[in-house]
Amino acid sequence: MNLNLKVWRQKNGKTPGKLVDYAAHNIPEDASFLEMLDIVNEDLIAKNEDPIAFDHDCREGICGMCSLVINGVAHGPSRATTTCQLYMRHFKEGETIFIEPFRAEPFPVLKDLITNRSAFDRIQQAGGFTTSRVGSAPDGNAILIPKPDADLAMDAAACIGCGACVAACPNASAMLFVSAKVSQLALLPQGQPERTQRVLGMVKKMDEEGFGNCSNHYECEAVCPAEIKATFIAKLNREYAVATLKESV
Amino acid sequence: MSLDSKIPSGPIEKKWEKHKFESKLINPANRRKYEIIIVGSGLAGASAAATLGDLGYKVKCFCYQDSPRRAHSIAAQGGINAAKNYQNDGDSIYRLFYDTVKGGDFRSREANVYRLAEVSANIIDQCVAQGVPFAREYGGMLANRSFGGAQVSRTFYARGQTGQQLLLGAYSALNKQIAAGTVQMFPRTEMLDTVLVDGHAKGIVVRDMVTGKISSHAGDAVVLATGGYGNVFYLSTNAKGCNTTAIWRAHKKGAYFANPCYTQIHPTCIPVTGDYQSKLTLMSESLRNDGRVWAPKKKGDKRPPHEIPESERDYYLERKYPSYGNLAPRDISSRAAKQACDDGRGVGASGLGVYLDFADAIKRLGEPVIRERYGNLFDMYHKITNEDAYKQPMRIFPAVHYTMGGLWVDYDLMSNVPGLHVMGEANFSDHGANRLGASALMQGLADGYFVLPSTIGNYLSSQFGKEKVTTEHAEFKKAEEEVTNRVRNLLNIKGKRSVDSFHRELGLIMWEKCGMARNEAGLKEALQLIPALREEFWNNVNVLGENEELNQSLEKAGRVADFLEFGELLCYDALHRQESCGGHFREEHQTPEGEALRDDANFAYVGAWESAGTGQTPVLHKEPLDFENIHLAQRSYK
Repeated sequence: MNLNLKVWRQKNGKTPGKLVDYAAHNIPEDASFLEMLDIVNEDLIAKNEDPIAFDHDCREGICGMCSLVINGVAHGPSRATTTCQLYMRHFKEGETIFIEPFRAEPFPVLKDLITNRSAFDRIQQAGGFTTSRVGSAPDGNAILIPKPDADLAMDAAACIGCGACVAACPNASAMLFVSAKVSQLALLPQGQPERTQRVLGMVKKMDEEGFGNCSNHYECEAVCPAEIKATFIAKLNREYAVATLKESV
Repeated sequence: MSLDSKIPSGPIEKKWEKHKFESKLINPANRRKYEIIIVGSGLAGASAAATLGDLGYKVKCFCYQDSPRRAHSIAAQGGINAAKNYQNDGDSIYRLFYDTVKGGDFRSREANVYRLAEVSANIIDQCVAQGVPFAREYGGMLANRSFGGAQVSRTFYARGQTGQQLLLGAYSALNKQIAAGTVQMFPRTEMLDTVLVDGHAKGIVVRDMVTGKISSHAGDAVVLATGGYGNVFYLSTNAKGCNTTAIWRAHKKGAYFANPCYTQIHPTCIPVTGDYQSKLTLMSESLRNDGRVWAPKKKGDKRPPHEIPESERDYYLERKYPSYGNLAPRDISSRAAKQACDDGRGVGASGLGVYLDFADAIKRLGEPVIRERYGNLFDMYHKITNEDAYKQPMRIFPAVHYTMGGLWVDYDLMSNVPGLHVMGEANFSDHGANRLGASALMQGLADGYFVLPSTIGNYLSSQFGKEKVTTEHAEFKKAEEEVTNRVRNLLNIKGKRSVDSFHRELGLIMWEKCGMARNEAGLKEALQLIPALREEFWNNVNVLGENEELNQSLEKAGRVADFLEFGELLCYDALHRQESCGGHFREEHQTPEGEALRDDANFAYVGAWESAGTGQTPVLHKEPLDFENIHLAQRSYK
């Protein structure tokens, strides 16, 4: 198939960027979206033009490194799908496709479609862990966890940290991302000792990094490739409210 | 140089305990005076960085991704083995040890494997304490399943995302140490050389992948946890960025490369569809617990699967290996699929595929059960192929997945270069010639949480009181200059071909001449083709842009340049090993039934190669393998 691309090109974080037109020729429908970009890049290199820079790694939907806003939607038109798992059969012959980076102030563009998402790491460093020194862990079965709790914790833990939730949110809120880790550990007995500090620390860091707050648009849930539910945001709000009260006593 | 594996004396079940007692301890107050450089942030790297940081060492950790959470350990689906015997089905440390040595086709070190089995149970405890949401039974206890090549249920799992959850557990422990200031993290930073001072590894040279700045870091010890070399085949289940540069650069500085010909071809991957394809996707081996593998009995049978009656289907794994059936180990299952396709009985447009059929399991258990067990895998298969595996069998074909070879290490995980330690897939030590399913996660975490933190003191204590090396040392300046020149050379070639085109061509040579089956003529041909391709690369590659920017072509070019050297070593090793074992199958050495035929009299050793420089024949060193506990036997899964 043949497609018209409008791709965001930006030399680096200091130079303004713009959309540039490219023609993508002879794209197999069984190619993935990133393989389509690979083909376009090979053509560009043959013409001595700078290839389009984009983040990617595992190309099987789990590492969270790929991004892209495709026709205005983070990770493109298929639900519960990362860009690397999006296949060209979902596009029409001759279609025009807009390809842009994840846009949010806390995710500055590094080059073309690549942004810096280190703010997510800094939020995790502010409390997204348990204190569990190697050597001091009790036997795995000494901590019994009811299956429904374990399953729900797993639903939350499935977050791949890609940042689509932020890119999709009109407030650039990271609350779906934060709620996933807070909920996972709040649901498990191992997460109880540090439950209060965790939610307070992570939310404070989230605010400092410049992410906005949730105002119930649910755009995050709609684009999340790991299908993290917005109900975890409600849980985050409850966790935060309780922790604030506890702190004030 | 002689290879001293430093295996402790005494009975196998006492070796690790004894060694830990005899290992040198570092006083808590002195630990902060030692700086440890860790390259890689996957299961092995992240767990070691977190543990050493928690012990009080000063740690610097480097990864090429934008975050340590992206490391490719994350993609492991199936699970992690541990000898807990929670299922009361006869498992034990000794049985896990035995299965791993046998599964590795008797080409691994007994003492290392026993230690791995011994600490496996602690890994589960550690991960549970971190909040890893392993699958649970209704009573709240941990669930297990049986997994590729095991007759007991010892595999712990978190849906089809076990690697992700274990990595995020290690990442969370790492984050805690980053926050505490004991670990300094350097994402988007690629290691391009090792620096040796007076023969000891004392630092690395790195390139900042955003600004292009080339700089050095000095430390008291260097630890490489940079994964395997599967991408030498271009198409593999590895992430696109996985590369051999870190261990290859270390090899060129003197570290021996052991058993590179042991490459694992995973039997259940989605077949290749076209030459645009950038990677292959694994379908977890757990699918073989319920799926039945078959190919048509008739050659060239192009009928759709549902039109082929039962009597005309060959369930070849069940036929050849009645006791293990569809659960036969990876190397054996892969070769059997290749044999069916070579025989003209392959399915799909390319003829390179066999069926993995769930019809019987759906009939027996109902679709909802299959959906609960494998739903995410069926969805993934559907996304990629546009086919519904609930309605028609999956098409699968073997693909390069894991590499058992790696830098040679002793019992302390230290290479022959003093101070240079190697963990996880990057070392060679535990899996022999073939790795069993759910053992990679186990090894990565064993090395990082339990082994290295106990053994690194042996080296560090030997450095006590010696003058600290800084990056002002002449060796660092020399290494930086070499790295800078190499980058400049790549950018100045300005040839006609893209980096990827060279990588694809190399991959094809490796797959055809040194893939699932190898022979002398093919390997000798590869040893002509690879140097020629390398020469063309250095004359005709087109790397655009400059160093002082984010330049993905330049990153790839450096990695492919190293693969073009490494591929040659892999072929040398495959040529020299005139036997078949595990993932290394030499067509000249097989039983009348077509199974791998080992030659224990001549090849029961680790082949560790010393670099003689690019394009020069490498020098072989041998570490004999002694089997004191397990009797060597022809592997049988019949």
